[in-house]
Amino acid sequence: MSRTLTYREALREGLDEELARDPNVVIMGEEVAQYNGAYKVTEGLWKKWGDKRIVDTPISEAGFIGMGIGASMLGVRPVMELMFWSFHSVAFDQLVNNAACVRYMSGGLINCPIVMRGPANGGTNVGATHSHIPEGLFAAFPGLKVCAPATPADAKGLIKAAIRDNDPVYFMENTRLYGMTGEVPDPTDGDFVIPLGVADLKREGKDVSIIGHGRSIIHALEAAETLKEKHGIDADVLDLRSIRPLDVEAILKSVMKTNRVVLVDESKGFGGVSAMVSHLIQDKAFDYLDAPIKRVTTMDAPAIYSQHIEDEQLPNPRRIVEKVLTLG
Amino acid sequence: MPSTAPEPYFRSAIMSSATADTPRLDFAGSPINKALSADQKIELFRNMVRIRRFEQTALKYYNGGKIGGFLHLYIGQESVAVGTLSLCGEHDHNITAYRCHGHALMSGMEMNPLMAELFGKATGCSKGKGGSMHFFAPDKNYWGGHGIVAGQTPLGLGLGYGLKYLGKEGCALCYLGDGAVNQGAFHESLNIAALFEIPVVYIIENNGYSMGTSQKRSSAYRGCLAQRAEAYDMDWDVIDGSDLYEVRAKAHIAMERARKEFKPSILEITTYRYYGHSVADANAKKYRSPEEIENYKTHFDPIRLWRKRLVEEGVATDEQLDAIDKEALADAVASVKFAEESPAPTIESIMDDVYWETDNGTPASKLGQHFFTD
Repeated sequence: MSRTLTYREALREGLDEELARDPNVVIMGEEVAQYNGAYKVTEGLWKKWGDKRIVDTPISEAGFIGMGIGASMLGVRPVMELMFWSFHSVAFDQLVNNAACVRYMSGGLINCPIVMRGPANGGTNVGATHSHIPEGLFAAFPGLKVCAPATPADAKGLIKAAIRDNDPVYFMENTRLYGMTGEVPDPTDGDFVIPLGVADLKREGKDVSIIGHGRSIIHALEAAETLKEKHGIDADVLDLRSIRPLDVEAILKSVMKTNRVVLVDESKGFGGVSAMVSHLIQDKAFDYLDAPIKRVTTMDAPAIYSQHIEDEQLPNPRRIVEKVLTLG
Repeated sequence: MPSTAPEPYFRSAIMSSATADTPRLDFAGSPINKALSADQKIELFRNMVRIRRFEQTALKYYNGGKIGGFLHLYIGQESVAVGTLSLCGEHDHNITAYRCHGHALMSGMEMNPLMAELFGKATGCSKGKGGSMHFFAPDKNYWGGHGIVAGQTPLGLGLGYGLKYLGKEGCALCYLGDGAVNQGAFHESLNIAALFEIPVVYIIENNGYSMGTSQKRSSAYRGCLAQRAEAYDMDWDVIDGSDLYEVRAKAHIAMERARKEFKPSILEITTYRYYGHSVADANAKKYRSPEEIENYKTHFDPIRLWRKRLVEEGVATDEQLDAIDKEALADAVASVKFAEESPAPTIESIMDDVYWETDNGTPASKLGQHFFTD
């Protein structure tokens, strides 16, 4: 059996189950406890679990993120909420030097079982500083793992896997998805965990592979319906879900079937997840390509504020359809 | 907290007002020092000379081109790590910055893996992956060895948080230099330490210089750097680092406060480094006078003073202490032999120790591609 939950509720259910499973799991961040979460992901958890397990921190990302990393070295399993992933910049040293490198620099003596989670998206009329989309950035640091779920079920299954992982996992959510609903398996049917490193074919087609992660997948699915109805093009829509580790096999399988690829990425065009995926495809499946690999990325400027055109800067179903049609 | 901070002797020395004859408070009678047996006092001497001999030996081989990168020597500061870490029990942990050899040795690490690490060998404590700035021994409650100034200060906070969360009666000692006190991460850590009542003791090892910039030219302060604790309603103290008894007596108070009351503190321990910021510090003799360095070495060297004390107390003779010194040097020389004879890491080993899951071959590590070397 499954129920319909919002993405936010599914995440919360995953967090709640992990809090119950392991007494060393602790949730920390700005407004996560008494305020019930800036985006209400942690709503009710403080009331249920109390001060020790759900901890409000001051607005002090370098301090509390670093504190979580230090605690994780001792065996605590902190789940740190960044109110926006955009705030990574003030904790960058902690995120990329301490969490990512301490295992390596210690010759494998230390590991950091920590999760950093929060929304990482544009499209909320808040301007450039609050609209960074850094999954590609962090996936570029060996030692880190990154995932970005698109649906409520994936959000729940992946957050549980992230918390159980013994390496640092940077978990990128999306405020535009928090209210989105979807089917999520009932807890009474067993422990629902989706491992990192496994992509999910969200729609099966034969003519073109649309590959992305996070909210791009929701757009891709909508675009795929338009392509089918208006243009007779049947698209595979592959949701990477996990950026690092990356399910390269699933990417190649889809490409080898359709021979055409459009990558959708809410990051900018220079570098990033889609650039990496594009490289992997040309490297490993060059002979299967009937057309150049195309991308739909966020238009290459800092995120604009204006609500009138913001969604045009980001990938959207219209831009995806147009890009697929250029493949001929 | 003290209403009047005692004028630190060392800083007075820098200002050329104190001399070797300047009267000092005697901390030998504090309970934690009175409890020391003769053997324990001799052990403290041994620990200090082991650090010095290890580093003097490392310096020789650094200059000889056998050791790469940076080499931030602790020589002159030995009493800080030895005095404070001599107070640690089962649940006390420590973490420091890049001038980390002393803390590593005092935490119980052997010379061989440390020297091998400096030589970049597979037998190094970090398998040649960390180098001079990145020694670690979690099994000895020693968490590094961190290269970014003040980057370790939130981690130290996390160690204290973890101890409290896990219900251990212990404290985290987090060392930093006087140059680190102006980093935001340190102040964020202080705020959270006081706010959350974390059992952490921040120990500013004030050697007077943040690289080539003196304390006066890098920090704005009223009485001393530790006094910044006032802003966070936190206890603090200033310690003369040349006196092992004083280091132990005052650190003990702060550590007990952390362990028993979950109250953090800042201790500022005045000390001095004889060499440059690192050995690569080309201007080491330009931003301070040779007289200043000589004055410290002559009058405030912690090992020399401790030796004098032990002889005066009748705890040991100079001959006994010389033998210990000789033994330390022999160990250091032997560690070079070990390092030189050890193999370099294999190229394949570059890809180990990135992820716990892949290192351990877990089911999670079999899913998806973790590495992207073309």
